[in-house]
Amino acid sequence: MAFPSLAALLRPSQIFAVRGGVHPEPGKHLTAEAEVLDMPVPPLVRVPLQQHSGAMAEPLVRRDDIVLKGQLIGQARGAMSANIHAPTSGRVIAVGHFTAPHPSNLPIPTITIRSDGEDRWGPRLPRLRPEDANPDEIAAQIERAGIVGLGGAAFPAAVKLNQRRKYALDLLLLNGAECEPYLTCDDRLMREHAEGLVDGAGIMARALGVSRIVIAVEANKPEAIAALRRYKHALGIALSVAVVPTQYPMGSAKHLVLAVTGKETPARARTAELGVLVYNVGTAHAVHLAVRYGEPLISRILTVSGRAIARPANVRVLIGTPVADVIAFCGGLTAEPDRVLLGGPMMGLPIQNLRVPVVKGTCGILALSAAETRASAQMPCIRCGSCVQACPCGLTPFEMNARIHAGDLDGAVKVGLMDCIACGACAYACPSSIPLVQAFDHAKGKLAETQSRKHQQEETRRLAIARQAREAAMAEAKRQAMARRKAEMAARKATEPGAAVAELPPAQAAP
Amino acid sequence: MIVAASAMSTLGLGLGLLLGLAARRFHVETPPLLGEIEKILPGTNCGACGFAGCAGLALAMSEGAAPITACPPGGREVALALAEIVGIEEGAEASIAGMAELQPMVAFIFEDHCTGCGKCFKRCPTDAIVGAAKQIHTVVMDACIGCDACVDICPTEAIVTRRKPRTLNNWYWDKPALAFGAAAPGRSAGTA
Ligand code: SF4
Ligand code: SF4
Ligand code: SF4
Ligand code: SF4
Repeated sequence: MAFPSLAALLRPSQIFAVRGGVHPEPGKHLTAEAEVLDMPVPPLVRVPLQQHSGAMAEPLVRRDDIVLKGQLIGQARGAMSANIHAPTSGRVIAVGHFTAPHPSNLPIPTITIRSDGEDRWGPRLPRLRPEDANPDEIAAQIERAGIVGLGGAAFPAAVKLNQRRKYALDLLLLNGAECEPYLTCDDRLMREHAEGLVDGAGIMARALGVSRIVIAVEANKPEAIAALRRYKHALGIALSVAVVPTQYPMGSAKHLVLAVTGKETPARARTAELGVLVYNVGTAHAVHLAVRYGEPLISRILTVSGRAIARPANVRVLIGTPVADVIAFCGGLTAEPDRVLLGGPMMGLPIQNLRVPVVKGTCGILALSAAETRASAQMPCIRCGSCVQACPCGLTPFEMNARIHAGDLDGAVKVGLMDCIACGACAYACPSSIPLVQAFDHAKGKLAETQSRKHQQEETRRLAIARQAREAAMAEAKRQAMARRKAEMAARKATEPGAAVAELPPAQAAP
Repeated sequence: MIVAASAMSTLGLGLGLLLGLAARRFHVETPPLLGEIEKILPGTNCGACGFAGCAGLALAMSEGAAPITACPPGGREVALALAEIVGIEEGAEASIAGMAELQPMVAFIFEDHCTGCGKCFKRCPTDAIVGAAKQIHTVVMDACIGCDACVDICPTEAIVTRRKPRTLNNWYWDKPALAFGAAAPGRSAGTA
């Protein structure tokens, strides 16, 4: 739908229905009422050079360098990348590889810093008065501060801001839905830092040149809604708080845009095409800190929860803090967890190694007990259609699943695999506990691999042709050299006929 | 003057047209199958198939003298693409299914054993091996097609081909088992 519906024009505050969705056990009561705690500086921080989508940052420090808090240690490389800063002061003890906070357990280039415990700030970024700054200066500051989307996908915030050049934007939508169960860090941020958050939103709106800000919050966070509404008139531009229904996955950007504006983003298109940019509320707060105080993104608030955690809490931790240290700060584990996840229970990624670090996109650490993971036996599909009803994208998960298991990936793509947002609502709804979203994850990875292999094949073909051309050119050059030599010899023979007899035939040129 | 010029141009045009028509009429096709097959084969002329380069294999294949599974570096993708144009012959289905298990391979040089003779460098069809003479050579992983040509030539047996290592950029989830047994919602811990 390219035009705003009539209803949207008449009642701009109306919320539109989003199809599908599920209502998992919220689990938010574990942490929602506790104030955010500041975790002390850990003895060791490990800062991966890639915490964002895009290209890896380039390390700027070497082993044994002394770094200060906030110092740039990784330089963004290329158009799609993000700066990395030292989260605390100390000595660099390694620039090498360390296990990534990722289910694969594979290594990632990482800078390890032994903190000196003093947490000494280096020079901060030059501050900016957003009221006097132009959009480019604000975007540059956000880029310098290494800010990425804090909702989980970790898309470089400045790169997203640049969409203002391509699309006519009119709405900045802040995502405070926090639809994942257990997670309450955005809730706490909105309650405790509403002023800074709204200020950050104003700065971003200025950079984008939009005239309207909407902060969307799920109805299950009345305190956060009240806190935000207090600053409704703090900015010169229209700001409203939209209360969206509590439903998973409300926080997916496209669905949030649908709920707030009534406009549906076409598959594989960006919300920017509808004139809307969506940022997480945490990102807005980070922008506030970067622009007003010159602080790069070196810490974040995350939820530590699950029944296997002794004291579930929301904690502000430095980027690079090992997960094990954060869990220890929250009283450690009460029981052997069935699963430790980074992120929420629906879309979070399980990790095997608790020494991996917290990164910019880590919004939660969940240690779930067996009772919470609801392990149950997988049964055959009974064609009940629950998955179809649950899917927010209008797909047919059981059919995609069947095609994937039959090895027909192209067939799965034909019925919409690439429109799947991997929310997991289908697998949650399935009464037969069929790992639907897991199959989609697999299939998408496999398709990406096939794509890249095709690309590589073209590259190698090009290389082979280049080599053949080079070899042909070399052979030709050799032939010409021989011919020239022969001609010279003949010429010499002609001028001094006596000498030629003694001369040996020319040696073959060495290959 | 004008008459001469126009006469010449008319003549030129007419003859040109005639030539064009003749080219259409008497066009000799390279067998279309051969061209199609060559387009699908990797084109790196590594020799792993035992024929004289990709063109050699394409010729043999178009005459039915080589199976569509004959190109090891191309793997399953190439075999399947070939199956579409050549058609699947008897028994090939099983061998394509067998190829599904094939992992992309790359060469790896044990640097302690490398004498820097440079023989591998000369053999590699895609210039995947780098290193100056008398120095240790290494393989550029993205350019290597795992054809084994360098393995056979190395005098000190310093080269092996092994499975292309997984990185964070090419990792993805295993296919979940369809076994009807213990399973839990959410993503279970995977293996590297
Ligand atoms: S994971 Fe994909 S298929 Fe399943 S409900 Fe979500 S969007 Fe639909
Ligand atoms: S919810 Fe499960 S059992 Fe029902 S149709 Fe979907 S896959 Fe089949
Ligand atoms: S052929 Fe073997 S010894 Fe010679 S350069 Fe290559 S790897 Fe080294
Ligand atoms: S490095 Fe060896 S295996 Fe790889 S393409 Fe070159 S010759 Fe073949």
